Order: sequence, then structure tokens, then C-alpha cells
Amino acid sequence: MRLPLADLYNKPDERNLLDHTRQGIIGKPLDRPEGPLKVSGSATYAAEWKLPGCVDGVLVLASIAQGKVTKIHDKAALAMPGVLAVLADKAMLRRPAQGTAGKAPAQDVAKVEYFGQPVALVVAETFEQARDAALALKVEYKAAKSPIPFDPESPDAKVEKAPDRKAVKGGDLDKAMKNAAFSVDVEYDTPGHASAAMEPHATIAEWQDDKLILRGSYQMLAYNVKEIADCLSISPKKVRILSPYVGGGFGSKLGITHEAVAAAIAAKELGRPVRVVMTRQQVFQAVMRRSETRQRVRLACDAGGKLIGLGHEALVSNLPKEQFAEPVTQATEFLYGGDNRLLKVDVARISRMTAGSVRAPGEAVGMQVLEAAMDELAEKIGIDPIELRKRNLPGKVPVQGTAYSSRMLVEALEQGAQAFGWDQRNAQPCQSREGDWWIGMGVASAARVNMLIPAEARVTLKADGTALVETDQTDIGTGSYAILGQIAGEMLGLPIARVTVVLGDTSLPAGAGSGGSFGAISTGSAVMRACEAIRAKLADKLGCDAEALDLKDGVASSGDTSSPLEHLLDGGDIAEIGSIKPGKTALDYAQASYGAFFAEVAVHAFTGETRVRRMTGAFGFGRVLNAKTARSQCLGGMVWGIGSALTEELAFDLRDGHLVNHDLAEYHVPVHADVPAIEVILLEERDAAASPLQAKGVGELGICGAAGAIANAIHNACGVRVRSFPITLDKVLPHLPDPFAPDPFATAA
Amino acid sequence: MKPFTLNHAQSANEALASLAGGATAIAGGTNLVDLMKLQIATPDELVSIRRTGLDAITPENDGLRIGALVTNADCAADLRVRKSWPLLAKAILAGASPQLRNRATTGGNLCQRTRCGYFYDTTQACNKREPGSGCAAREGFNRIHAVLGTSDACIATYPGDMAVALLALDAVVHVEGPQGARTISVGEFHRQPGDDPGRDNVLERGELITAVTLPAPTGGRQIYRKVRDRASYAFALISVAIDLSMEGDRIARCALAFGSLGTVPWRDPAVEAVLVGERPSPALFDKAADVLLRDARGFGKNDFKIALARRALAATLHEATKG
Ligand SMILES: Cc1cc2nc3c(=O)[nH]c(=O)nc-3n(C[C@H](O)[C@H](O)[C@H](O)COP(=O)(O)OP(=O)(O)OC[C@H]3O[C@@H](n4cnc5c(N)ncnc54)[C@H](O)[C@@H]3O)c2cc1C
Ligand code: SF4
Repeated sequence: MRLPLADLYNKPDERNLLDHTRQGIIGKPLDRPEGPLKVSGSATYAAEWKLPGCVDGVLVLASIAQGKVTKIHDKAALAMPGVLAVLADKAMLRRPAQGTAGKAPAQDVAKVEYFGQPVALVVAETFEQARDAALALKVEYKAAKSPIPFDPESPDAKVEKAPDRKAVKGGDLDKAMKNAAFSVDVEYDTPGHASAAMEPHATIAEWQDDKLILRGSYQMLAYNVKEIADCLSISPKKVRILSPYVGGGFGSKLGITHEAVAAAIAAKELGRPVRVVMTRQQVFQAVMRRSETRQRVRLACDAGGKLIGLGHEALVSNLPKEQFAEPVTQATEFLYGGDNRLLKVDVARISRMTAGSVRAPGEAVGMQVLEAAMDELAEKIGIDPIELRKRNLPGKVPVQGTAYSSRMLVEALEQGAQAFGWDQRNAQPCQSREGDWWIGMGVASAARVNMLIPAEARVTLKADGTALVETDQTDIGTGSYAILGQIAGEMLGLPIARVTVVLGDTSLPAGAGSGGSFGAISTGSAVMRACEAIRAKLADKLGCDAEALDLKDGVASSGDTSSPLEHLLDGGDIAEIGSIKPGKTALDYAQASYGAFFAEVAVHAFTGETRVRRMTGAFGFGRVLNAKTARSQCLGGMVWGIGSALTEELAFDLRDGHLVNHDLAEYHVPVHADVPAIEVILLEERDAAASPLQAKGVGELGICGAAGAIANAIHNACGVRVRSFPITLDKVLPHLPDPFAPDPFATAA
Repeated sequence: MKPFTLNHAQSANEALASLAGGATAIAGGTNLVDLMKLQIATPDELVSIRRTGLDAITPENDGLRIGALVTNADCAADLRVRKSWPLLAKAILAGASPQLRNRATTGGNLCQRTRCGYFYDTTQACNKREPGSGCAAREGFNRIHAVLGTSDACIATYPGDMAVALLALDAVVHVEGPQGARTISVGEFHRQPGDDPGRDNVLERGELITAVTLPAPTGGRQIYRKVRDRASYAFALISVAIDLSMEGDRIARCALAFGSLGTVPWRDPAVEAVLVGERPSPALFDKAADVLLRDARGFGKNDFKIALARRALAATLHEATKG
């Protein structure tokens, strides 16, 4: 029997079941069960599978940006030792698939759309042989007659409205700006980012008759199966993906990428398993980038510091026809008030690798700019930036009028401020100096939309009183294994040691996949519902109502009756599939996770180098499913925030469109020495509109605004306001006060 | 990677014989292997010099002899180095990562090639990699490039840290080759690009670095200041190595070398002459910077290095001269 639980999440589930279950493991900081495998090198990542007869393929990238491949001189390459094939199949990918595409992206590698686009695959007995031949392969091109620009700011760049994003318009922003007691009208820019996952994109493809098995590194398997199948014109039923461990994705593995299709085609052609691992440089050049952005923010407020107008207009970029446009204004829509509003995103069509989801698309760069602009406004008004934020939290979403589900922004700002010691901050810049360093503090809000997406999971309560959770949900290093086990253990009254979680195999029910911070709550809800169905059956067996059933440590009880599960099950397993789909709650409530960032930085008075000295983040995202993995997500997000604020930038050469810094030596992500002590405060919250778990997404929250706090701290430290990220020393240097001046603030003025 | 043979030389003489036969020396391999993967270096024959026994640090006169195969990690950890030539230890520790320093050697570090992105990208024109093909960096993304000692052909920096300290410490490179042994001061080891940027240093074919020697310690105040985009694991935007002594309130002696500012580790006696005998002051530091940067020329994205050098110099002099 299946419980009459509607798949669609139409009404907030106010029962709050997980606060009434008794196992007591939900929310606990349990270790990740796969952790020991990973730190001991025994978790098998995509490229590490050993398949008999497997050979290696290496992609060849275009050395022009736009045009056609006219000839591939493969003879010489084919004559090299070990070389088995040179492929440039029409089905090979020109662009990677966007997240949740579920169908083939642009194929046919004979057309070149951006510098570094894969145009061929060389397969050889060994990786070294394949790489040698790939480098030797001569490819002839014909340059495009009317190329499109490399630069989004070029007057020749075609600018369109973002295809997947409606502009928000309300009232009269120009007039509000005119009538404002205080206003800011500023333009910021942020550079392109690379996802920079530790594990490069890799696939081993193997055909068993007409069935394709891919061992790969992907985030959303149910969609990836369809994408691969569509690329190869086969039925999705013929494709199986195994992705038990994924070494980070950050959006770049949401959709399938070049190597997967190339490996599948080569394996078919050669009748042998083929492994294709993209090199670090190839990942940088061919996989998704985050678009650079130019953002104009207008803030108008009355004498009381209340926003009357808010504008956030962005220019982003992508290849022609791509639907994705970095949704810069996503959180601006609901975060602060101001009825006179204009929010929009335009997209310039340029020739650079595909732009897509990278670490909190939208909020990561949108919030850091909005929050820096808010700091500018607070300074103009002369009030504390926390106070400015608190004064501007609307009762309903402006323009749309939607109600909020839960929002712990005020609590986050207040508790964060307390823990950080915000009251020590001097509102005046250049007041605190230690040796050669200016010290400053900054604050920013965090906000990230919450998404529930379709998910299924099977839970089997075995006759021996253990449980098995199965879904194709991935764990990209975030803790899926841990939290799904905790949810099942909590719901079924089992210690965590009695729960096994199997993930990352598309022969299992389709989970949500990992992305957009939706994996835990979506697949977790499916697990919870499967467990509810099992609970109902157990209640039947025990002879009580499901509500009256108590499960703990493998014993079912109700009132005076109790029975160990092994007895109750009497030799039979109970297997249930739980599922969830987004429903009306997604429309009825504005759902988001919130938080606050506090940063203390030091800016070198002579050189302008900025180092973050400490950070505090306080976050409310509904129920905490596992305090350790949630904290790690927040920490990681804040580290990316440091990167976004200070170091990360894709540098393109605008003469030929190539990416100059295509490795981790020159694309600077923060290293240990850049990451100071970070304190994370998790606020307890329940959000029934978000999911039956009462939980919201947390994966990306830690980055959404973090760089703003750092930018604001830099200004507070040395009085320099840099409106171009990353804030490298060359941008600070020209505006620094005289390092030798006794009262530099006086000279700066 | 192109197929190649690899032999392990068991002595300096064996290594020299292989080099004479056209082999390329490989020490830690941290730079060479990367270049080979990209087929920027395509040796047919490698001779590993790790077992040549040139890996000792020994006292010599009042100074120190550091074998060419001493790893960066071992050199920076050596108590004698840390006590008497702290500048060298500081410079080494400011470079790369612990893993790389465990592997990288004294000789290899001196010979490391530039980090110019165009040099490493075989789709781009580069006179250093392919003489006569042009210099894509000149009008390209040249944020890390040199502002001193550049030529029409090349504007790339020598990117390392260790050599900058060695330059300020008046170290000497010891070399053996087909023509016998010779010594080269560190200041004359690296070559400005001129119209032949393919050659980074004055080593002749078949020559092997056997050691670097340090003269007696000066007892001065030694500082290595590396300015960079992140706190660790990044090449310098500019670095300053200083070894300075005061007499009363005046600068008595001063050795100053700069990294990633010029095409080679940069030392300018005229700058030191401005400082010696003077009382430190912001105005004096400025005057020194004027002299240092008199011929500096930016190429767009690296223009900031000129202003940065002035301030980095002032910061370092300030620190080295304050009470
Ligand atoms: C990611 C990364 C970051 C780095 N960051 C820094 C940094 O911040 N600062 C810094 O200074 N360096 C840095 N390095 C460079 C590193 O220090 C050099 O790669 C290393 O010192 C080279 O030494 P090796 O022994 O590995 O040389 P190898 O790679 O073995 O050799 C390099 C060259 O020197 C030649 N050679 C080696 N030994 C001799 C000898 N005895 N006689 C003649 N020729 C010889 C070889 O033939 C070859 O041409 C970094 C490197 C990497 C990969
Ligand atoms: S600066 Fe030198 S190394 Fe760089 S591209 Fe120009 S010639 Fe090559």
C-alpha cells in the first residue's frame, strides 16, 4: 500500500514529522560515511575504474575561435605508435549541456564557435600516446566570414533580453531617484569565473551489446542519461550511468560535457571501453564559465532610510541561442523593499566558451554587488549598514506581492554581529592600523532562492532490521550519503550504522541530482516519503495508527505494545518508493535561505594587498539536516566568496578570444593561506513551505553575498571603494592614502 | 608527451658525458616535465642528475656551498642558511608549495622558465618558444610581465624567488662543462632577452650547474618582501630582497634586488648608491625609486607594476631601516 501522499508539494506540510520522531540523529553532526574511503584514496572516481581492454582518448581543441574545420590531417597521427582512431564525429559536442536540459546540446564539431572548442578525439592504447598524437594532429580551419565579438562591451555585440528571465518593473524608478533623500547610482563589474572543481571531467564509456554504460563525473544523472541518449539517438533506457563519487562539480557537471559523448562514440567505433579525461586546461577552455557581469544598481531611499526605489540592471553574455543568462537579479527581486523597481538582465552574444551555472548562478555575483551598493547607501545616509538592511525587509515581495515562507535575516544579522564583535567597528575608514596594514570590517546579507525539484528514492526496510536507501542522487562531496542515511534512520528509528545508502547509479530511482542547493531537500523529501509509507505498513503490522507509531533503535512501539523490527517484519522486506515534485507551495511562497556575512580584512598601506583576517557567517535555511555537512557547505561558500572578492578572474585575450589563464597556477582560487578562521553559526528554523523536511537549500548560500562583505571591509579599512571585482592590488593602489602620513584620512580627503 | 629515453647519471662526470652527447638534464622535473607535456620542451634524451651526489651543503671559506641538487626545502631548512642568510630561506619559502619545494632543486630553480601564459600556449606567437614568431604578450594580457629590461622581442620575467635573494647576497654559480669549470655571478647568470629571447641564461650547451656559493654573511637586516595576488602559491607580481646595515641613523650598506620587475632578477648599483650614507626618509625612498624606475616601461596591463615597485621599495626600506 502506498500512502495517499500527493507527489506534488501543494501545501506546506505542517506536521513537522522529524521533530516528533525519536531516533535523535537528524541534524546531528555525523561524519560522512564515505569519508574514510575518500581520504584513503579508495573511493573510485570516474577515471579510476579499471576495465579490461580500456584505451584512452584525448580531445583536440580548436586553435581559432570561429569558423569551420576544413580538413583533419589524420594520416600522420594514425601512423604514430599505439594510435587507434582519430574521430571528429558529427554527434560530438560543440557545447556542453546546460543543467536540466535533458536533451542534446549543440553538436557537430566541424563548426567552431569559440576558442578551445573540442574538434576531434584521438584514441590510443595509452594516454601518453593519445596525448602525443593529439598534439601532433594538424587541423585546417577556415575562419568565419562575419565573426561575432569576443567582448560583451563591443558595440558590435548583439544584446538581447535574457531569454529565461522576465524583467521586473514597478512604479517609476527615475522619479524615485529624483525624489530620494539619499541615493546611489553605481556600476560594478564582476569577471567570468571557472567552476574549478578538483576532479576534471572524465568518462569511461563501455558498450555491452546495444547498452551503453558510462562511468563518469556528473551531477544530475537522470537528466544526463537523456542528454547522452539524445546525442547518440538511442533510447534513454539503453544508457546507464555510474557516478558514485564526484570530485566536485560547482555547476560544471550539471549537464553532460564533451568527453562523455566522445568516449561513447569512440567506444562504439572501436568495440572497446574508452576513457576520456579532460586536462585541466581543456576543462577551463571548453566547459561552462560563469559569465562576466556589468551591473548598475540604483538605490533611492527616504530621509528615514527606507528604500523607495531599487534598480538592478545587468549585462551578461553567452554564445548565440543559449537560453542561460546569469540570473544576476534573482535575489534582488525579493530581498529588499522599494516599490519603484526596475530589474533586468540583458545578454550579449559573444564568442567565448558556453556560459552556464557556476556556484550559485545569479546570487553569487548579484548579491555581492547589491550588498556593496547597500553599504554605499548606508554610508551616505550615515547609518549602520545592518540597520539599513533591517529597515528594508518588506512584508511581501515587492511588485509580485508573494508572501515569504520563513526568513531569518534579522536573526542572522543580529547573531552574526554579536559573535563577530561588530560593535568594535569604526564607521569611519582609515581609523585602524596595525603596522603596515589598515584593518576594516564589513557586513553583507546572504540570500539564495530555494528550489524543490522532482525526486524519487527507494527505501527498503530489510527483514533483519537494517535499511537500504537507493537513488541515483549524486554526492559531489557535499554529504548526500550522510544526510539521506540520517533521514531514513530518523524516520525508521534506526541507528545510523544500520542504514546503507547507495547512490549515483541510474538503474536506481531518479533522485534530484546535485545542483542549485536542491539535492538534499528534494531527494531527502523523497526518502522521507518512502519512509512514511514504510511506517504506515509497520503501524498496520503493530496494529496502531501511523501517528501513534514510535520507532527507536530498531524497536516499534505504541502505547503498551512493542516489538523489535525483526519480529514485526517476520522475514519479509518492505520496499517503498517515495517521490516529490514541486507544487503550489513554490508559487504561493517566496522561499529562500538567508544569512549574514561579517568580514575583517587587512589592506597593506603600501602595496594594496588585501588579506581576509577572519569571517563570521550566520545562516538560516530551515531544518539543519546534518550540522557538520551544513557547516562545511557554508565554510566552502565563504571561501569561494574570498576568491570572488580578491582573486578569481577568467582573463580573455580580446584579439583572438582565447583564455589566457587556463590552469590553477594562474586562475587563482583561494589557497589555505588566504582562508582565515571562519566561524559559522547555524540558526534553527523550520520552513514547511519549502519541503516536508522543513529544510531549505544550504549548498550555495555561503557564497551569496560573501564577497560583498569583503569589499565593504576593504572600504572600511582604507577608504577605497573598488567597484570592479576581483579587488586586486592594482585597483586599490592608486587610491590609497599616503602610507607615511600621520593622519592619512586627512590627506585622503 | 614525445617519447624519450631517461638515464640516471651516478656522478657529475656521467651527467656531463650525457649532456655532451645532447641529453637534457632533469633535476626535480617540476618545470621541465610540464614543458614536456605541452611539447614546449621536446628532448629525445633525458639525464637525471638526482643521483650525482651534488646535494650537499658545506661550509666554504666563510660562506656556504650549496650543491645544485639540494632541494629548495632542504636549503630553506638548513640551520646555517636560516641563521646567516635568512634572506635566502625566506625567498625560497615564499615560492611554490611545500610539495614543489620538496622536489625542486637549486640548479633547476635558477633555470626555471618564465610563466608568461603565451609561452605556455602553443597556439600563440612567442619568440622565446619559437624565435621569430612574434610576441603575443606585448599587446596581450601582460599583467605579470616585466617593466625593466624588456626588448621588442620579449617582455617576459624570470619568475622565481630564490635567485632574487641570491642576487642580493652576491652569490656565485658554479658550472662545469666541455670547456672545464667556470664561475658566474648570479647577476650575470640570467640574460636579458634582447633579440634572442630563446636563451634565458648564459649556460652553454653541455654545461651543468654544480653548486651555488654564498660569500661570508654580512650581518645585515634581511627582508624578502613578495607582493602577490594571493597569500601563498602564486608567483610574485614584484618581490624585493634587501640586505641592509645601519650605522647610527644612516644607511651604511645596502644590497637590493627585485624579482618579477625586470626580465631578469634586477639589481641596480645606482639605486644602492642613492641610499648609502643617507638618513632614511620617505623622500629618500622616493629618490631611490626614481632611479630604479628611470627606464621602466609598462605594456598596458602591467603599468601598475611601476607604481607598485615604488611602494614596495618604500615599504621594504621602511621596515629595514626603522629602529
Ligand atoms: C605551480 C607552480 C608554482 C610555482 N611557484 C613558484 C614560486 O612562487 N616561486 C618560484 O621561485 N618558483 C616557483 N615554481 C617553480 C619551481 O620553483 C621550479 O619549477 C623549480 O625550482 C625547478 O626546479 P627543478 O629541480 O624541478 O627543475 P627541473 O624542472 O628539473 O629543470 C628545470 C630546468 O633546469 C635545467 N636544470 C636543472 N638542473 C640543472 C643543473 N644542475 N644544471 C643545468 N641545468 C639544470 C633543466 O634542464 C631544465 O631545463 C613553481 C612551479 C610550479 C609548477
Ligand atoms: S613575452 Fe616573451 S615569452 Fe611571452 S610571448 Fe612574448 S616572447 Fe614569448
